[in-house]
Parts: sequence; structure tokens; C-alpha cells
Amino acid sequence: MIENRPLLKIFSHIILILGVIMVAFPLWVTFVASTHDATRMTELPLPLLPGSHFFENLDRVLFVGLYGGDASGMGYMLLNSTIMALMIAIGKIIISLLSAFAIVYFRFPFRMFFFWMIFLTLMLPVEVRILPTFEVVANLGMLDTYWGLTVPLIASATATFMFRQVFLTIPDEMLEAARIDGAGPLRFFKDILLPMSRTNIAALFVILFIYGWNQYLWPLLVTTDQSMYTVVMQIGNMLEAGEEAPQWHLIMMITLLAIIPPVLVVVAMQKLFVQGLTETEK
Amino acid sequence: MASVTLENLQKTYPNGFKAIHGVDVDIQDGEFLVLVGPSGCGKSTLLRMIAGLETITDGSLSIGGKAVNDLEPSKRDIAMVFQNYALYPHMTVYNNMAYGLKIMGLSKDEIDQRVKNAASILELTDEQLSRKPRQLSGGQRQRVAMGRAIVRKPSVFLFDEPLSNLDAKLRVQMRVEIKQLQESLGITSVYVTHDQVEAMTLGHRLMVLNAGNVEQLGTPLELYEKPASLFVAGFIGSPAMNILDATVAEDGKSVVIGTDTVLPVGANGVEGFDGKPVKLGIRPEHLEITPGAEGALPLTVTLVEHLGADTLLHGHFGNDKTDLTLRQSGTHLAKAGEVLPITITPNHIHLFDPETEKRIDF
Amino acid sequence: MLKRVHFEPSLLPYLLVAPQIIVTIIFFIWPASQALFQSMLVEDAFGLKTEFVWFQNFEELFADPHYWGSFQRTFIFSFLVAGLSMSIALLLATMADRVIKGSGIYRTLLIWPYAVAPAAAGALFFFLFNPTLGFIPYTLQFFGYDWNHKINGDEAMALIIFAAAWKQIAYNFLFFLAGLQSIPKSLIEAAAIDGAGPSRRFWTIIFPLLSPTTFFLLVVNVVYAFFETFGIVDAMTAGGPANSTQILVYKVYNDGFVGLDLGGSAAQSAVLMAIVVALTVFQFRFVEKKVEY
Repeated sequence: MIENRPLLKIFSHIILILGVIMVAFPLWVTFVASTHDATRMTELPLPLLPGSHFFENLDRVLFVGLYGGDASGMGYMLLNSTIMALMIAIGKIIISLLSAFAIVYFRFPFRMFFFWMIFLTLMLPVEVRILPTFEVVANLGMLDTYWGLTVPLIASATATFMFRQVFLTIPDEMLEAARIDGAGPLRFFKDILLPMSRTNIAALFVILFIYGWNQYLWPLLVTTDQSMYTVVMQIGNMLEAGEEAPQWHLIMMITLLAIIPPVLVVVAMQKLFVQGLTETEK
Repeated sequence: MASVTLENLQKTYPNGFKAIHGVDVDIQDGEFLVLVGPSGCGKSTLLRMIAGLETITDGSLSIGGKAVNDLEPSKRDIAMVFQNYALYPHMTVYNNMAYGLKIMGLSKDEIDQRVKNAASILELTDEQLSRKPRQLSGGQRQRVAMGRAIVRKPSVFLFDEPLSNLDAKLRVQMRVEIKQLQESLGITSVYVTHDQVEAMTLGHRLMVLNAGNVEQLGTPLELYEKPASLFVAGFIGSPAMNILDATVAEDGKSVVIGTDTVLPVGANGVEGFDGKPVKLGIRPEHLEITPGAEGALPLTVTLVEHLGADTLLHGHFGNDKTDLTLRQSGTHLAKAGEVLPITITPNHIHLFDPETEKRIDF
Repeated sequence: MLKRVHFEPSLLPYLLVAPQIIVTIIFFIWPASQALFQSMLVEDAFGLKTEFVWFQNFEELFADPHYWGSFQRTFIFSFLVAGLSMSIALLLATMADRVIKGSGIYRTLLIWPYAVAPAAAGALFFFLFNPTLGFIPYTLQFFGYDWNHKINGDEAMALIIFAAAWKQIAYNFLFFLAGLQSIPKSLIEAAAIDGAGPSRRFWTIIFPLLSPTTFFLLVVNVVYAFFETFGIVDAMTAGGPANSTQILVYKVYNDGFVGLDLGGSAAQSAVLMAIVVALTVFQFRFVEKKVEY
């Protein structure tokens, strides 16, 4: 601190606490809603303190289903979301690592051509090419499959660029020393490059897991079979259904379930998360 | 153990830049050759060509009598110590040394024995072997880098400015260690440096490179006593050789500095430069202060540096503005502005052709 | 860009780039060129015949007041989201930079919304602002204000802005905090010795030095508001009421998948691509400039 002004410090803390409350309030309200029963959630004013029905609601949402008898709960959607997020994160990391390795460590015809081709994908978010991409996936018979859910989102210029950046900061002498030690390309990749980039890989994994988990529009389009639904896309469905039969305690429980896994990842791996966020922007 | 032969070795980069213009040298088995020159002279490129890290555009390179132009680095029977050590940061010291041996497919026992042996030569403790490179000091990392070279039991050691990242004191210490190590192992070594003191103290022979050309190849004393060109004269020796404009007398028997300082040249004089201008070189230690001597030149002192064992006097002759340095052993209490009588010892002068900048023998 | 030393050219690098290139061609380049091609086609009402019409779809698009309305809404939406989210984040980051004790805890408590899916953020605010039950409309009633975003388009717009800005505070906060912490303390100390108080120091020293970060975040936030808020809109308002929250990405989807106007939707895609390209180029040129700092 430049000067010691206790009042200023207290003021800063107050602003920060207000900020934290403002940011957390919507989540708190949601959490509270998930702990009450249906009746309480129709009475005004809504509660601001948790009730006692949390586990009951959790059980209902996970294993019983929303409207009794229509389905078998939505625990499997959590599983789908996890599979989708993992496939996207791991798939992106693998193909980006490989292509960045090729682009940085090999000199070969069309190297720059490939580089620019990858660069193009940076400019084409899925939202703007949604219809034709859907058609491609439909033609390939990939609707309602995990592959259709994930592969079209897997090519990523951002991750490739990040690994390229990471590789470029690894001193040239590493490769030279490895060549004198007799390591071929794949051995160098496995023994030197991968271990040296492991925190970058972990940081990127955190970001990509969140990215994958939070996909909404794409799963909405390529899944028609209920067994392929993900939690996040289910939120949209539930809000629509909520218009007719508002079961806020259950809808908010689903929302909570969709929010908590990625939030836990961010909070638990905060350092990696921050690193990943700042690195992918370079 | 092997000799290394370079024949008309050349390097041209794809953009047309010619980095090495044709180097010929026969490095003897067990010899310590130092490549020295200013940055950008091509010395590292040449070393990397021997290592196989740069392709050879033209000429031939053989190690132990075997042409290796197109062999992978690992197949050339060499080991290299890098300027920044290039230790694998994620591996322990032990694994850094063992990595190449594992790839060679040696047995675990053999690897262990070699690493332990190298560690004992370099005085690395078992505890240090299990650490990561970043937990070591600069000097220790340097030792590990050398250890990685030793365990390969190569025919040739290549050193790329291995001491330049160390502080001055450690550098002297490691220099001595490298010298002793090379002598005891007797492995042919090629060593790149831009530091002429390092070059003079380490090398059996030195190769001075300038802009991709070999200026001179010879023992340290040859280079010091008979620099082949103005470039070598200026590069070897510290402080650098003084260079003055002079003229050869009409009879070729003497050179004239200014108008009236006449110095006889050798026993027979110099041929082919009668009456022509030349560059005259004289080392700082070969300028003498001779009070009362006849024909002494008046040196106006501009700066005095006391190094303890020596004193360096900077100044110039009369109106000639060429800066000169004079080394006087012991302490000399001259002051700036003082004028000292200076004598040049004739048998220590060097003459250079101002056109070609080559040495004129006499 | 390139390493000094390379591995020998062989088939290997092609195999290494192959997975990414194949995915890129099948799911990015081919669909994108399809979108460009389709943007010049018109399909008849029964989908039996298609006709190549050059730029007719674009002409119709730009002549369509609905499209311009959507454009305008998107701009208002983007800049309000960026402005709101960035000002709150800057305020909080400045405060967090000042307190030494607990700034780590504040950071943890402020960054988690980044991980919340846009659709989930939509659900949070949807519930909070629910006209019949929601906490905010209930409170507003006491002030005599009747909130109903299901009828009032401006309120619906405000709602999606709140949700979108809320989610982005975390990101902006992190970058502002990093920017603040990278300002050399000696500069602030020098200003303090020159007699500048905290708020003067902020506006004359800190804020100008933060301008690269601010500018960078502005671009990122606009891109975010343009393309990553689909989930928020779809979950909360589905573009309504009366198209008042139909931003461009939502309209592409709506016209294509719901309205089945393939040519029109493709033309919109093409326009959006042009916007992304422009923003990306803009961002890259800026990043280059940032290097000079």
C-alpha cells in the first residue's frame, strides 16, 4: 500500500464484498430454490434461506424423473455431459499437440498452407456455420452419437496456436541435445516435448473441459434421442416446460447440477485455469 | 579417439547467405582445437556442421577417417556441450546423463556404471544426481552438461561457448577443469568461444574466423607472435595491438612513423613496399618508457588504469590522434596530461599491407 | 515461427497434421463454403427446386428492416454487455489490487461464473426475474414498478444483458487484475510522492496504462456478446417478445432451423463470418501493437 488509509481499505473491502454478493446472489437463489418443495416454491415471497428438501429433490431429478413415470431421471445426462466434455477436451488437445508439433519442428512442403488452414477455423465459430455443419453430420450418420456431438467441435486453432507458442519458447538446444542423444521425432515428442508442456496441457484441459461441458446449441441440434441429451441443453427444455408446469425446485436443481461440475473444476484448479485463460489469448 | 578432417567445408543458407566460405583443417587425434572470432563470424555454424545440426553445403567432413557428411548427429560419435547447457528440465541429473545411453540401448548396469563414473570424475554427489537441473547452481549445471557428453564415450567433444553463462570467477575455474579433463581423457575436442583469453589458454591450436573465412590457424604463440592479418593482430591479445600508420623507406630497410621516427626492419629489410605506406603494429607491452633516450616519441597520456600487477597508459603521440595503449608492469604513477618519452623496440614490430590487411613478412 | 533445426522431411509431419486438417476440412471449410454457396441459392416452397440467384439473398437481407433491427439490437446488446461487465470488473479489480489480505479469496469468489454455461446463466436470471415469482420483480413491486419481460421488449433486452454481463465479469476481472498487477509499483509511488491522491492516481496513471488491456477486453467482450450468447437468449427469451431480443446469431438459427429459409440463413451466416473475420483481424493487429509496449 502506498499510504496507510484504513478507511480506504475498509471501503475497498466493502465494495468487494458487495461485488461477491452480487455475483453470487443468482446462484444462491437457485440453490435455495432447490432445497424447498413444490408448494413452497409457488408462495410469494420466495424463500431466501435453504429448506430441507435438497436430497429429496436431488434424488427425484437424478433417479426418478421430473414428471413421474415419463423418464428414468436425468443422472445419465450428467454422464453424457462428462463424456462430451472429456472427448472434446482430450480430442482437441491431442490433435492440436500433433499439428503444432508438425508445424514447429518439421520443414515440409505445404507447411504454411496447413498453418493457414488451421488459422481459418479460428474465424468460423460453430454458430455461424451451423446449418451446413449440421447437414454434414447428418449425412455422415453421426446424429445422436458421441462422435457427432464432439468431433465437429474438436478442431481448434486456439489450442494449436497455444501449443505452437509453448513449443517456440522451448529452447532450440533441447531438440539439438535430443538429436545428439539419438532421439527420433516421436521419441523427442514423447520424452521431451510432452513432459515439458504438461502444465500447459493441464491448463488447457481445464479451459476446454468447461468449453465442452457448456456446449448448448450444438447438442440441441444433433441429439434427438433423449438418451443422448446433456444437462446444459436440458436447461432450455426445462425452462420451456416450466412455463406450463412450473416446478422450480426441480428446474433449479437441474440448473445447479449443470453449473457445479465446471465451477468445481475452476475453483479446484484455479491456478491452472488462470494460466490457461491467459495463455490461450496470446 | 579420432581425428577430424574438414576439406573445403562450405555453408550457404537457403536465402543465399554464405556463412562458411571453405574451411580446411586436419584436427589430430587428441587435439584441442579452438574456433575463435567475433559474434557472427561463423564459428558456431562450423561447430554445428561438425555436429550434424547444420547441413553441409559443400566439401567433406570425416571423423576417424569416415565420411560423416550425411550422418545423423547421434551416428557421428560425437558429444556436445551447449552454451545454455540444454539440460532436460523435467529429468533428474541422472536421467539427463542416462537418456542418450538408454536410446543407444545399453544395459541398465552399463548405464549406471557410466553415469556413476562420469559423476565421480566431475565430483557430482549422488544427492545431486537425483535433483532436477533447476535445483543446481550454474557451475553444477555446467558439470552435468559435460557429464552428459562424457558418458557417451565419444570420439569427439564439441563445446559451444560452454562457459559464457558463468560468472568471471567460475569461468576461470571451469576453464582449468575442462583443460585437465580433456588432457586426461585425451579426446579430440573442438571448442567455440569469442573470448580470446579462453582460446589462448585452452587450445593446442586456434582457428581465427572472420566473416566465414579462416584468418589464421596456429598455436596460441604463433598467433600472438606472428598474426597473419590485421584482424588477428587486433583480435588476439588484450589490450589490443596498437596500429599506427607508417611508411617504408625508399631502400626498404626501415619504416618511418610520422616524419622522423625511423625504425630498422629486421636484418634484410622488407621487400616490395619501398616508399609505400604500411600499417605498423606494436603490442602494448612492447612500448617502453625510456627517459632520456634518443629519438623517443612523446606520448601524451590521457588516461591511466591501474590493474595492480600492470599499469595501462592510454595516450597519443603528439598531434597524431591514434589512440595507443602501453602496458607497464608494476605500478606507474603517471598522470593524465603528462608527456612520456616512448621507444619502440624494432624487433617487436609487425607490418601489414594496408590494402590486403595481410602480414608482411620480413 | 520456425525452429533453427528440423527433423528430416518425411511422411511423418503429414500424418501429424492429418487429424486436424481432416476435421477442419469436413466440419469447417466444407460447411463454410456450403454456407457461402447456399447464400446464393433460392429454394422453392416445397424444397423441390433450387435456383442460383447470385447476391439476391443478400439484397433481400439488407432490404429487410427486420434484419437491420436485429443488427441494431446486436450492437446495442454487445456494447452494453461489454460496458456493464467491464466497468464492474474494473471497479472490483481495482479494489482487489488495493487490499492485500484476502485478495486471493476474493478472486476465487469472483471468477467462478466463467464456468457457468450461458444457458445456465440464463436459467439463473430467468428465475431471479420471473415476473410472477422472481425475487427482483417482487422487490420492484414495492417501488411501484411492474416488471414483465415477457411482454416488455426493453425489459427482455435488459434481462439478457444482465445475464450475459454477469457471466463475463469473471473474465474481465482476471485480466484487469493481471493488468493492474503488472503496473510497476514504482510508478504509483512516484505519483504518490508527486502528491496525487488515490483517485487522481487512478485516472492519470493507472487507467492510461491499462488501456491496452481495456482495448483487448473490449474486442473479446464484443466477440463474446456476438457469438457466445446464443444459450442465454434461447433459454430466457427465445428471441421474444416480438423479436425484441433476436440478436444476429439467434436469427441465423431461427431463420434456418425454424423458418427453414436456407438461402437467407446462409446469407446471414456469410455476413456473420465477415464480421468475425473483421474482428479477428482487428484483434490480431492490436495484439501486434501490444507487443511494442
